Amino acid sequence: MSALIELDGVRKTYRSGSVEFEALRGIDMTVQTGEYVAVIGPSGSGKSTLMNVLGCLDLPTEGRYVLAGDDTSLLDEAALATIRNRRIGFVFQQFNLLASMPAWRNVELPLVYAGIPRAERRERAEAALSRVGLADRLANRPGELSGGQQQRVAVARALVTEPDLLLADEPTGNLDSASTRDVLALFDELHEAGRTIVLITHEPDVASRAGRNLVIDDGLITSDRPRSTLRGVGVR
Amino acid sequence: MSWWETVRSGLAAIRAHRLRSALTVLGIVIGISSVILTVGLGQGAQQEVEEQIDALGSNLLIVSPGSSTNSSGMRGGFGSASTLTFADATAIADSDVVPDAAAVAPATTSSVSLVNGDTNWTTSLVGTSTAWSRVRSRDLSAGRFFTSAEAERGAAVVVLGPDTASELFGRQSPVGQQLTVNGARLTVVGVLSSSGSSASGASEDDMAVVPVATSSRLTGSTSDTVSTIYVEAVSEDVLAAAYQEVQALLANRHGVTTAEADFSIATQASLVETANETNRTFTVLLGGVAGISLLVGGIGVMNIMLVSVTERVREIGLRKALGAAPRVIRRQFLVEASLLGLTGGVVGVLLGVVGAQVLPHFIDQAVAISAVATIAALATALALGVGFGVYPASRAARLTPIDALRSE
Repeated sequence: MSALIELDGVRKTYRSGSVEFEALRGIDMTVQTGEYVAVIGPSGSGKSTLMNVLGCLDLPTEGRYVLAGDDTSLLDEAALATIRNRRIGFVFQQFNLLASMPAWRNVELPLVYAGIPRAERRERAEAALSRVGLADRLANRPGELSGGQQQRVAVARALVTEPDLLLADEPTGNLDSASTRDVLALFDELHEAGRTIVLITHEPDVASRAGRNLVIDDGLITSDRPRSTLRGVGVR
Repeated sequence: MSWWETVRSGLAAIRAHRLRSALTVLGIVIGISSVILTVGLGQGAQQEVEEQIDALGSNLLIVSPGSSTNSSGMRGGFGSASTLTFADATAIADSDVVPDAAAVAPATTSSVSLVNGDTNWTTSLVGTSTAWSRVRSRDLSAGRFFTSAEAERGAAVVVLGPDTASELFGRQSPVGQQLTVNGARLTVVGVLSSSGSSASGASEDDMAVVPVATSSRLTGSTSDTVSTIYVEAVSEDVLAAAYQEVQALLANRHGVTTAEADFSIATQASLVETANETNRTFTVLLGGVAGISLLVGGIGVMNIMLVSVTERVREIGLRKALGAAPRVIRRQFLVEASLLGLTGGVVGVLLGVVGAQVLPHFIDQAVAISAVATIAALATALALGVGFGVYPASRAARLTPIDALRSE
């Protein structure tokens, strides 16, 4: 196994007017290829900021973030866009599907930015939708799908570029319990197939599905252990 | 992301907000079509006037009473002063004094009512000599012009303009018919062929031409003043010479210097110049107004694009998260704005061209569509889209993906 993610002394400070707020206060962490990691913490703990840094959506104020060998602090916005496109698949709490487009068009969107020809895009989008069990929903718009189905479309979109990292931010936050089980089962399958997954959540039940739990509180990692020992720690 | 891909996604975005896009495009459509129409109207009017003045004949001098120092400033009442007389016309006709004049036709004009049975028609009565039809290059479509003998004795004969003839006699042939003017009976001996309307706007097809003596008798005028003296030069080459001869002669007869002349002499070229200047002023004025509406249309595009950026902040954030570089986002919004502009341009040009076909049926005014104006209009529409799209596009491109994704 090789390190896919290396964070070294990462700090993130937000400034609004004269008020400074330190969301991350020195994070060191390493994620190996093929790992399934849950980052867990209460709201305001800095886990969303960590997710943004891991997703190259935001740059650290201080420290180094190396993703698959690339030091992201050395890259400009266009290069970061390419990294997001090629290496990272996002799953958001809000699904973030474009309502005007049918499912397969939503899924092919990252491939459009990757410059893949049309015919191949359609093929790969269909394959990704079949992978999440929505082969019969290709032409449906998001509004015609249930919440669970929409989130599966989003997972298909995250998978379609074959990224190194699947980054999920509260993926079950807007889902009922049946859909939650559905999506988490999908993540388990993907993990078994060798995909690296970082999942951010505040629900211990969800975190317990991952092979490793990182607890973040007040901008620092307070615990890093395999899931079996997490039960009972009582993060809320 | 390829250009074609960008255009497709721009079209999709425009289609997603059909009504809003249509209203935005409407501003450009109105601007472009009104620019095309006003420029076309100006050019159409110019062509028409030039053709009419051409039809006057290029070796014609038109002497009018009153002074005009140049084409823009006028002294005295132009056309209202009565300083030209029949004696002046006779003097010009003297081949020793004005050797370059081939023919001279003095003309008086007055307004009269012509009556044929129940039909009553008010028109201008032109009293002139037999040289009139030659000097004005007017042919007859029926009958004949009055003869010198008829002119001498002030015979009760009249030559009608084609419009006058059809107003009074309908489809009947007027030649040989009788009509009444102020109680006096006149026999129609001929009908002029059509010449179209004149530069001044008064129809050259609606008039009644009679010998001078007949006109004086009908209107009870005892004065020997004339409203115009038409002088035909021997050829176009000696037009300038004829101009100077007539000017010197009249100045001498009236006891004035040429600088303070109480008459003015117009040539075809000077008429064209004056008419064009007027037309140009109108074209610039109307074109300016149309241009302003085009500008307003462009601002409409910018407004909509800004609304669109604000409304689609989340979408922009998502696209960025999925790997769209700022350059790609900027291009997407620019292409969208350009498409709006271009659509407006194309529809506007079509509307302008259709308008150019339809309008002449209502306003009796030709509209000339020039290819240059059309291409310039399209280019302007595209430029408006790009120009007014730059700011919203760069705003969209500058959004950081995380702020954009977070917005509700």
